Amino acid sequence: MNQATPMIEVTNLDKYYGAFHALKDIDLTVHQGEKVVICGPSGSGKSTLIRCFNGLEWHNSGRLVIDGIEVYDGAKEIRELRQEVGMVFQQFNLFPHLTVLENLTIGPMKVRRISKAQAEETARKYLERVHIPEQADKYPSQLSGGQQQRVAIARSLCMETRIMLFDEPTSALDPEMINEVLDVMVELADTGMTMVVVTHEMGFARKVADTMVFMEAGRIVEISPPEQFFTNPSSERCRLFLDQILAH
Amino acid sequence: MNVSDLGISGPKGQPLPRPPFLKRFFDSVLISVAIYAIIVGLIAYGSFVGAQSMGYNWQWYRVPQFLYRNTEIGFEWGQIPIGLVATIKLSVISFLLATAIGLLIALLRLSGLVIGSAVAVGFLELIRNIPLLVLLYLFYYVLGPIFGFDRYTASILTLAVFHSALISEIFRAGINAVHTGQWEAAKSIGMSPFQAYRYIILPQSVRFMLPPMTGEVVHLIKSSAIVSVIAVAELTTFGRNIISDTYMSFEIWFTIALVYLVVTLILSIGVSHLEKKYAVDQQN
Ligand SMILES: Nc1ncnc2c1ncn2[C@@H]1O[C@H](COP(=O)(O)OP(=O)(O)OP(=O)(O)O)[C@@H](O)[C@H]1O
Ligand SMILES: [Mg+2]
Repeated sequence: MNQATPMIEVTNLDKYYGAFHALKDIDLTVHQGEKVVICGPSGSGKSTLIRCFNGLEWHNSGRLVIDGIEVYDGAKEIRELRQEVGMVFQQFNLFPHLTVLENLTIGPMKVRRISKAQAEETARKYLERVHIPEQADKYPSQLSGGQQQRVAIARSLCMETRIMLFDEPTSALDPEMINEVLDVMVELADTGMTMVVVTHEMGFARKVADTMVFMEAGRIVEISPPEQFFTNPSSERCRLFLDQILAH
Repeated sequence: MNVSDLGISGPKGQPLPRPPFLKRFFDSVLISVAIYAIIVGLIAYGSFVGAQSMGYNWQWYRVPQFLYRNTEIGFEWGQIPIGLVATIKLSVISFLLATAIGLLIALLRLSGLVIGSAVAVGFLELIRNIPLLVLLYLFYYVLGPIFGFDRYTASILTLAVFHSALISEIFRAGINAVHTGQWEAAKSIGMSPFQAYRYIILPQSVRFMLPPMTGEVVHLIKSSAIVSVIAVAELTTFGRNIISDTYMSFEIWFTIALVYLVVTLILSIGVSHLEKKYAVDQQN
């Protein structure tokens, strides 16, 4: 795995919200095809970190290089970068005034300037991939939460992204819908996509992760392969956290 | 005048809390219309009695000729409908211009650029604190001669600039009402700020903006009457002209007021239907 090209390289990254030190001295490398699962208590900076990876937040110091592009506030390449890096949000954030198909085609058509016919063909392919080809003409509000999140995944895939970021993709879902979304994510992982997933679904993490990351209070406290992470984490904090969520 | 006063309240209208019985009583269309008719009747009766005691000579039979005429050469619109068309034309042009300026000001304010929001806030404060009439005089007597535009252009600019300040606030509120997640989703598929506004944010803001925008159009139609002070041809100016020829001030002002009322009512009702349709289209 480590011979592969680095897709995300974070060195000495710090991030402040005003006086609040949200990310502290982060170092992390994600290689092509690698699946990284990030977990940690609420407020530890997980969302902030992955939002830096597609320029929804800017770091204040340190270095962040994504797919060879250096990311910093005001970088000209940021829009090209965002086309490479897909993001799936906890709240889905589908466009409610557009149908499912339009949600999937608007990016390729307006941003990548692909023809409507071709964009729709791609959209239908990815709707198939997330198992809801029959929902193409509905509006997001007519779908269940699980279906909406799968549309959101397909929307990112339609941009032909090389990296996918997930910010707690299942935590807004009813329990019976969590698995349909996780299944799609597992299938996506099998295609060799580079993925960074913030989640507390440890079953998914065990199945998919190459690397586990545990964050606390803005720091990465533990980075280790899942076997070690789940059986013998080096930090006491991480052990306590795992005990807590695995007890559920 | 608001449509909801007639009991045709929109789905998003938020009436003040009232006891259920009274609420049902006042919300019924029949009761509303009856109350409305009684009030209008009282006003009409009051002015009739007042005019009577002044010894006013009512000449309603002379009014229709200002609405339409059947001459030897055929049917002909009278002064009042011609004035109404001029008012509508003036209002439409001013409104379109006001919308363009208003959108620009709103975007400047939301741009996050220090200069941008300083310019926008300066403009808003300036316009908001000058009376409409003074603004009109400024455009007609000061800027008109300097830049060489006529009274019609001065009127349009005055109305557009005055209402753009109010419209920009409507845009700003409408844009802010769209959830920030929509911005993030638009950005994360690589959209530029312009594309995000154009395809994602503004189409969703329309829903929030329709009711206050309608109010603004009604407001604009009404305030367009002010340009009669510089004798621009429109409904109120024509009314004044007719009165100076005929001395029928009561009949003509009643008629003119009614024409404004009918136009703005039709507009409000039309938009409340549009609003319902929009709500259904978006399925939420
Ligand atoms: N826009 C902001 N302004 C100020 N502080 C913020 C902002 N966004 C996040 N924070 C703070 O930064 C810290 C990290 O937030 P973040 O959302 O990254 O945490 P998280 O690990 O994703 O938590 P959760 O599990 O609750 O989603 C929190 O203390 C939060 O209050
Ligand atoms: Mg979070």
